[in-house]
Amino acid sequence: MNEEVDENSAPELTADEEALLKEMPALADLGLTRRTFVKQTIAGSLGLFALDLLAHEQALAALTPSPGAVFANRAAENLVKIALRVNGATKSLEIDSRVVLLDALRERLGLTGSKKGCDQGQCGACTVLVDGRRVLSCLTLAATCEGKQVTTIEGLAKDDQLHPMQAAFIKYDGFQCGYCTPGQICSAVGMLAEARHGDVSHVTEDVSATTTQLTDEQIRERMSGNICRCGAYPGILAAINEVHSGKQTAQTWRFADEQQVARVRKADGNEAV
Amino acid sequence: MRPFKYIRANDPNAAARAVAANPQAKFLAGGTNLLDLMKEDVERPNELVDLTRLKLAEIKPARGGVSIGALATNTDTANHPLIRQNYPLLTQAIVAGASGQLRNMATNGGNLMQRTRCQYFYDTVMPCNKREPGTGCGALEGLNRMHAILGWSEKCVATYPGDMANALYALEAVVRVRGADGSERTMPVSEFHRLPAETPERDNNLQHGELIVAIELPNSRFVKNYYYLKVRDRASYAFALIAVAAALELDGSTIQQARIVLGGVAHKPWRSPEAEAALSGKAASEETFRRAAEAAVASAKPLAHNAYKVELAKRAIVLALMRASKLA
Repeated sequence: MNEEVDENSAPELTADEEALLKEMPALADLGLTRRTFVKQTIAGSLGLFALDLLAHEQALAALTPSPGAVFANRAAENLVKIALRVNGATKSLEIDSRVVLLDALRERLGLTGSKKGCDQGQCGACTVLVDGRRVLSCLTLAATCEGKQVTTIEGLAKDDQLHPMQAAFIKYDGFQCGYCTPGQICSAVGMLAEARHGDVSHVTEDVSATTTQLTDEQIRERMSGNICRCGAYPGILAAINEVHSGKQTAQTWRFADEQQVARVRKADGNEAV
Repeated sequence: MRPFKYIRANDPNAAARAVAANPQAKFLAGGTNLLDLMKEDVERPNELVDLTRLKLAEIKPARGGVSIGALATNTDTANHPLIRQNYPLLTQAIVAGASGQLRNMATNGGNLMQRTRCQYFYDTVMPCNKREPGTGCGALEGLNRMHAILGWSEKCVATYPGDMANALYALEAVVRVRGADGSERTMPVSEFHRLPAETPERDNNLQHGELIVAIELPNSRFVKNYYYLKVRDRASYAFALIAVAAALELDGSTIQQARIVLGGVAHKPWRSPEAEAALSGKAASEETFRRAAEAAVASAKPLAHNAYKVELAKRAIVLALMRASKLA
């Protein structure tokens, strides 16, 4: 292929050719003018060879995260813009495509209530509600949440009024260290919605019949995706049971008042109590 | 996690074309397995085509049976009245798997596509012919308590981990897939997954870029006598050591037709024609069920640490059949 090129017409360079010139100043050092470069590019072989070289360079540059035009281009390609509603407020984010919802909530939106436990979908600590359904935010790409409604533990209370599930967890001491608790509570809220809808579980005797009443066994099975290392399960079960049944039982403990605290301090002779 | 380009698909054909055009592209549905594998650096796609906005989530009567959309979630499928009333075995199998949160995310198509949970497949410093062909099978000479007793090869002893598919095999479901050119084909679900043989890196018979659009269930005769039994290390939220999908069609106490599919024993759900033949035409009884159970595992070849699975499978088959026939 040996097409004649009018040296005075200076054809438009393609983006690849522009990049080639920019990336390979050595071509200029060899005395190749822009015009002769264009001519040779069009002539074929050098262009293909040079583009091949450039492709290799890009591949190498991508392996080592160093600043530069090539790297910036890659980053831009993997940038995703999303708008979603989090606890009732619209949030717009530009995120790396790799970011999961859990990290977007915690690191970008400052909502650190949702916890990173295993980060593998095995512990349930990251459970949030997406469009009203409980899901694992550690295995949900934030990019997939465009236009979705996300509710985290921070969004359950109404002003100063705790969500009934939050209040019940406190009342029944449904936690010790508290790390799994936001996930437990979000999961329990989603789980009760599933139960009201008549959803079945692994321990449902007859899956063709519908019941919305949950036994202790049902609650345990339906909450099995939330692990509590402290073993606060009896309290968790009692809390969920109360919210589910609506039957209030008396709280079996209360915070010590100041006089009681003072008495303990005096008896122990230890101000640090 | 390695960088990847994210594309939100609005059209099934465009999605199939996008993946077909890039050997390193993958479909993303619920992400419950794929994202985990990407975090572990086992899966390394450079492009994800998000299917979740596609209108492929419908569950509807079709061809005398029911068609379930590939993108219907496990939760929606298990709880759909058409499934609960006509295919209760499928409902039982789905809710035996994973957790409530995962079933809310996981889709039916993705469920068929899930990969083994073999620890050697997950651990990138271990040899694994499935993850990296030619490196050997870590489990064959390693810890293989969870692994296959049937249909394995020297190249791979991993098991298929799912529950839903075990019921789909028993119900003789058909998988409908669409290619990059927009054409559709169907295959019996029994031909969807593969045994490892010489190419354990291939889990199934899909071509790259082929998209599952629906799973079709034929009219079911197993609405009364069915049972999905899952035996695992803890009562809930664990993969099966042994699972049994059992379905019977009874005329009085005579078995007209039987389906037995085992999970946790092979590289794919393991339907046992031998067990089914031992049941067909016989009276439903514990004695009959024992003979069927013996037949199901007659060709089993346990590994160093999983001989227990042979006996466990037999007992699980008998118990599942006892419950299916309402004798227990």
